[in-house]
Amino acid sequence: MRVIIERSNLLKSLNHIHRVVERRNTIPILSNALLTAEGATLEMKATDLDLEMNEATPARVEQAGSTTVPAHLLYDIVRKLPDGAEVMLKVDDGGAAMSVISGRTSFRLQCLPASDFPALSSGSYPHIFRLESTALKGLIDKTQFAISTEETRYYLNGIYFHTHESGGKLKLRAVATDGHRLARAEMDAPAGSEGMAGIIIPRKTVSEMQKLLDDPDIAVTTEVSESKIRFTIGPVILTSKLIDGTFPDYQRVIPANNDKKLILDRQSFASAVDRVSTISSERGRAVKLSIADGQVTLAVNNPDSGSATEEVAADYSSDPIEIGFNAKYLLDVAAQLGGTEARFLLADAGSPTLIQDAADEHTLYVLMPMRV
Amino acid sequence: MPTTTADSERGFCRDCLTLQKRETGRCYHCGSPRATRHPELFQLHLAHIDCDAFYASVEKRDHPELKDKPLIIGGGKRGVVSTACYIARIRGVRSAMPMFKALEACPDAVVLKPDMEKYVRVGREIRSMMQALTPLVEPISIDEAFLDLSGTERLHGEPPALVLARFALAVEREIGVSVSAGLSYCKFLAKVASDFRKPRGFSVIGEAEAVEFLKDQPVSLIWGVGRVFAATLEQDGIKTIGQIQRMELNDLLRRYSSMGNRLYHLARGVDERTVHPDHAAKNVSAETTFNSDLSTRDQLAPILRALSEKVSARLKKAEIAGRTVVLKLKTRDFKIKTRNRQLAAPTRLADRIFETAMPLLEKELDGTRFRLLGVGVHDLTTPEKADPPDLIDTKATRRAKAEEAIDILREKFGKKAVETGYTFGQSSRFEPQQPSDREDDF
Repeated sequence: MRVIIERSNLLKSLNHIHRVVERRNTIPILSNALLTAEGATLEMKATDLDLEMNEATPARVEQAGSTTVPAHLLYDIVRKLPDGAEVMLKVDDGGAAMSVISGRTSFRLQCLPASDFPALSSGSYPHIFRLESTALKGLIDKTQFAISTEETRYYLNGIYFHTHESGGKLKLRAVATDGHRLARAEMDAPAGSEGMAGIIIPRKTVSEMQKLLDDPDIAVTTEVSESKIRFTIGPVILTSKLIDGTFPDYQRVIPANNDKKLILDRQSFASAVDRVSTISSERGRAVKLSIADGQVTLAVNNPDSGSATEEVAADYSSDPIEIGFNAKYLLDVAAQLGGTEARFLLADAGSPTLIQDAADEHTLYVLMPMRV
Repeated sequence: MPTTTADSERGFCRDCLTLQKRETGRCYHCGSPRATRHPELFQLHLAHIDCDAFYASVEKRDHPELKDKPLIIGGGKRGVVSTACYIARIRGVRSAMPMFKALEACPDAVVLKPDMEKYVRVGREIRSMMQALTPLVEPISIDEAFLDLSGTERLHGEPPALVLARFALAVEREIGVSVSAGLSYCKFLAKVASDFRKPRGFSVIGEAEAVEFLKDQPVSLIWGVGRVFAATLEQDGIKTIGQIQRMELNDLLRRYSSMGNRLYHLARGVDERTVHPDHAAKNVSAETTFNSDLSTRDQLAPILRALSEKVSARLKKAEIAGRTVVLKLKTRDFKIKTRNRQLAAPTRLADRIFETAMPLLEKELDGTRFRLLGVGVHDLTTPEKADPPDLIDTKATRRAKAEEAIDILREKFGKKAVETGYTFGQSSRFEPQQPSDREDDF
């Protein structure tokens, strides 16, 4: 294999690819990226056996061929080459090493045979649909923070995507929860997604998606099978296993009869939560909200350092209530709500609370209160 | 005031606490042979106190008829020796020795099952006596602790050495068990000193003599050098601390990395560790050695359940909770396996400990025969944030409430008042035979 490629093109692809590769691997070839030069492209591929990323980039192929080299190492090398450089990648005749040559710099990297590189078996994808990158990214952004990291409930370690009929229209919904909070966002379901069973996309795949979707207005082709999902985003193809589990019936968690309505200015509420929680060094300290006519008093008490309170004007006319929430969870929700007004629907100090953007019915959050 | 330290006065009698005028021999006042003399005696302030054969001593105190008999504390056919009294030790019985071997060596020994609650109670009494001497008490286990007595001389009106000797006599008189004390200028040598002349020992290692003293000692004396590392060192031809004293720091670092650093400094009697009074428990655990090796889910699940309840009870009693559940197994060929899992929120519920540990155990059930099973909770924290209500697992909240109710019933009517199906009718078999109080002291 011998190929000449612009450093900027190579770096852009490697920037995507190398993130899939885990820093520590017990199987040596999983530390490597597969490089394949053919026609006028260099194709790069990396996998962790659950997630596979594939990206093609234009290159001058002088001799077709393929090999595998350590992905993080190659990325670090290319990153440090000067801007505007051209890079030659050349595999030795024996195939044991690959040279990376640019100007007066040259590296020799040990290779592993391309034939040993594992592939996520392809199979067929019965559901195919196209999504706008901005809309898809919106669903991910709004729900991703609520994904659980708990190993025991592995089926919560991702975002649950499913279609749902609401008001005569088919919606595509994204849901994530860790048992303490739940986030749900929806958009109109794209054509082709009808009849798709619910799928759970793992956290790592979700966060790679989020980074790849930064370019606005690209159509993302999505293909779904029973156990895998494949996204084609421009030159990048991301294939991921789905979490093999049943997402709990989250709908029964969403309170339907909370009758105490509280409307707050989102921004000033978020700032106030942020300010009063300064006093609690420890993560997960509770903010106590004392809600009465027209006003919410936020209070944080830290036995080691002191206490803080702040009053925020609010639209509230039900019976006074005191309720505590994890400060971080409130901030996470406030950050994703958008809009100017946040609407809280409360029942009592021990029951889940519903939070929404007052002007947006498509997104909702449920928070479990904390004992205060 | 005996605070002046003229040369002739650097000694006292540990029985009558009289300062010694003469350089050598028995106490000139009461004639006791337990006169202690040392040139640095009244300058040293770091002490290590260790109770002598603690469990056995407590039992002998409570059963005076056992006073002259060899006594072993430990459990069951397959259990191991927790503690042997000094009479049994003369016959060759050692801690952690399998019980059958101990009984081979000493067939007329009286064997008692450990009564941990009692030992914890007595240990606490002794600890509060220590805390009356100095706030800087760092407990190592139920029956031993480091004390930093620096700066207490004016408070007590006498130097640390005398305070310590007075303390040892007071524990004997008031609690009824004996202690050994080591006095030095650093933790490492204080501990070495207290081990030096047990029981009822009182040894002093001064700064001036440290290097000379350590020179001929085996490397295994160094804190952190266990059997395996000692074997590694021996392969490299290093047997005595003196050999390490002659080596360069770089050489030791290259050979043994971070351990090399420790070897270098401790071998020279340099130990900068200070006494941390708030050295709280790092984990709470319980384990049991079986009478015969076990391998199936049916056999192990009830034991795991019983151990989980035990750990939970201790967490609740101590008002703490933990975020990581650790499963411990020992195979029949003595290989130790530990598996752990982090929880989203800290817990102190038996139910959650069990439900978290059980899948870890199930993964190991491939026919391997185990001789020991243990479960513990690490990553300890305060209980306020433990076991929060969960949006998804609503049954968890109900189970937690059920457990609270069970706890109340048990408190009122005894442990057997309510049991789960796992342990019902077979509980006595699962009483842990070897109580584990290693890093925790609950």
